[in-house]
Amino acid sequence: MHLLSGLARWVASLTRELKDFTDYTESPRRYRRLRRNMILLGILGTTLPLVLLAGFNYHQFQRAMKAELVQPLRILVHRTKHSFELFLTERLSALGFIASAYSWEELADEKGLHRIFQVMKKELGGFVDLGLIDREGIQVGYVGPYQLRGKDYSEQAWFQEVKVRGRYISDVFMGYRMFPHFVIGVERQADKGEWWVLRATVDTEKFNTLIASIGLTETTDAFVVNRAGVLQTPSKYYGKVLEQCPFPLPPVSQVPMVMETEDPFGREVLLGYTYSEFPSFIFMVVQPRAEMLRAWLTLRSELFVLFAASLLVIYFVLYKVTGLLVRRIQESDQIREASHREMQYTSKLASIGRLAAGVAHEINNPMAIINEKAGLMQDLIEASEFCPNREKFLGLTASILQSVERVRNVTHRLLGFARRMDVQYEELSLNEVLQEVIGFLEKEAFHRHVDLRVELSEEIPRIYSDRGQLQQVFLNILNNAFDAVEDGGSVRVITRQEGNQWVAASVEDNGKGMSEETMRHVFDPFFTTKKGYGTGLGLSITYGIVTRLGGKIQVKSRLGTGTTFTVLLPLRAPQTEGSRNGAMQAASGG
Amino acid sequence: MEPCRLLLVDDEEEFVTTLAERLSLRGIRARVALSGEEALQALDSEAAHVVVLDVLLPGMGGLEVLKRIRQAHPGVQVILLTGRGSDQEAREGVALGAFDYLVKPVHLEELIRKIREASKCNAMEKPWRR
Repeated sequence: MHLLSGLARWVASLTRELKDFTDYTESPRRYRRLRRNMILLGILGTTLPLVLLAGFNYHQFQRAMKAELVQPLRILVHRTKHSFELFLTERLSALGFIASAYSWEELADEKGLHRIFQVMKKELGGFVDLGLIDREGIQVGYVGPYQLRGKDYSEQAWFQEVKVRGRYISDVFMGYRMFPHFVIGVERQADKGEWWVLRATVDTEKFNTLIASIGLTETTDAFVVNRAGVLQTPSKYYGKVLEQCPFPLPPVSQVPMVMETEDPFGREVLLGYTYSEFPSFIFMVVQPRAEMLRAWLTLRSELFVLFAASLLVIYFVLYKVTGLLVRRIQESDQIREASHREMQYTSKLASIGRLAAGVAHEINNPMAIINEKAGLMQDLIEASEFCPNREKFLGLTASILQSVERVRNVTHRLLGFARRMDVQYEELSLNEVLQEVIGFLEKEAFHRHVDLRVELSEEIPRIYSDRGQLQQVFLNILNNAFDAVEDGGSVRVITRQEGNQWVAASVEDNGKGMSEETMRHVFDPFFTTKKGYGTGLGLSITYGIVTRLGGKIQVKSRLGTGTTFTVLLPLRAPQTEGSRNGAMQAASGG
Repeated sequence: MEPCRLLLVDDEEEFVTTLAERLSLRGIRARVALSGEEALQALDSEAAHVVVLDVLLPGMGGLEVLKRIRQAHPGVQVILLTGRGSDQEAREGVALGAFDYLVKPVHLEELIRKIREASKCNAMEKPWRR
């Protein structure tokens, strides 16, 4: 019960974890745990019913097989008992017939008794001697190999038993000729009030014949014991006649029973037995269990192999399926996360665009005033020859104008942000665009001893894209690369075809690289590492443009090793996007 | 060559008067108008070579003023000024016949260059007549 509730709790915790799997973190441990839980639940869900089924089947089979094996043994026991009883009843009846058919005088006559004895021996066989005993227990007539005439039996137990029960069968005993015998006796009450007992000794030769006749297999043993557990017939394996039977006496039963036990040799055996009331013998048949159950054992091992094989198949399938499933989940999570991130970017870019327009306007007008006022101040100071602190004022106005210039740069970039909404597609060579952009930077590369390596593939096809916007994109990326490298560093520009649909341009630098945290925000608007002079808009504009052009931008970076930006551009202009933009333009234009 | 005559149109008085003063220091005579209506009146009373026109004006918008100038004074060149994020209007203006557009705050030198270009183009292609 305790175990069951524990199991239930465990299963509940597993399923809860499956249900709560809504955290989008990409931790691989999470997916491993998900898979583990799925496998465990799967194993539980399949193994438990399978084990129950197999156990039930096993039990049923075992019962059926046993019943089938035990039944013949019972029949054998019954047959043994029956033939023994038949044999003994026959002897008793013969003796009873003689006792009744002949008068006292005829029996007491030695010649008469002799003749009768000869007929009995001839017709029935197995009789060793025959005696007539009178009311006092004295043997008055005797035919047989010994001199037993006149022997007094009055004190013997068997005589008393005959007196009470009218008949008697003794246990087997060793006779004078070292031959196992038993004795039978019947009483006779004559009409004239005479009473006598006929007593005969029978040898047990006939017992062996009887046992042989019931048709035992090689390993089966059948024998008879008395109530004291002494063997009345020889056993194949468990002793000679009159030796103690090694099996303890089984519980009394008049109907054939079968029990499992162990013989003195340590073999597991099935012991079939039955008690007989008269004579009070126990009939036993012993069969080694292993042999009897050979068929069952074969079936059992086959059952086990089948069970193990099906478990293996289930586990294998489970393993594969969960692997596939979890991989799919992981992929879809990644896609979802990516699109989520992209949506965030897009909405961020859109709101920045709106904000930019407003801010630019609000700032640009006062800035224009400041610009003109400071410019006028500068003009006036420059024009007047006698001005105290002339140089200082000139410095101040220059500083004001410089600051205005800075604000102007920021607002112009913001404007650019909002402005770059529509795209003009034309057929162009990516290599040409790159070369134009590189042209701007060659001077800087020369001055700073930056090793600018350009490896443009001549193989790449021409693409449909926006020349101006691409220039902006690569200028931004290359500017960043130049900012990242030390003087004397290297920047590599590579183009190549990527599959049938894309061309790729990579800008690789061996500069300071980025931390993971920086990488995560690298395309966020206003995120900058260039404290003081960066607007944090360059890469987010770049991202916006590339996305709008139907392209993709990838960044790989390692702190201290360098950064690679790769821009993937489609060979064809994104049709739907372009036509939609056109429609929007037309709508807003009209 | 006749000295270049200029009309500056902007609702920011501080801006426009200062700009006019700076231009006059450089020998360019510039009149000032603070609204579209005023600008059109000024043009009616005295012609100009070039009009520097803010796109965002209270009342009559810059583009409307532009249209009317192009109608009434087809020989006058218009340079648009914009302080706005979207240059949609500015480009629309160019499509409507403006010479070019500049984004505030402007470099004086750049403005002067544009004015020269505009008046030159004016002189070459569409000779200005009184």
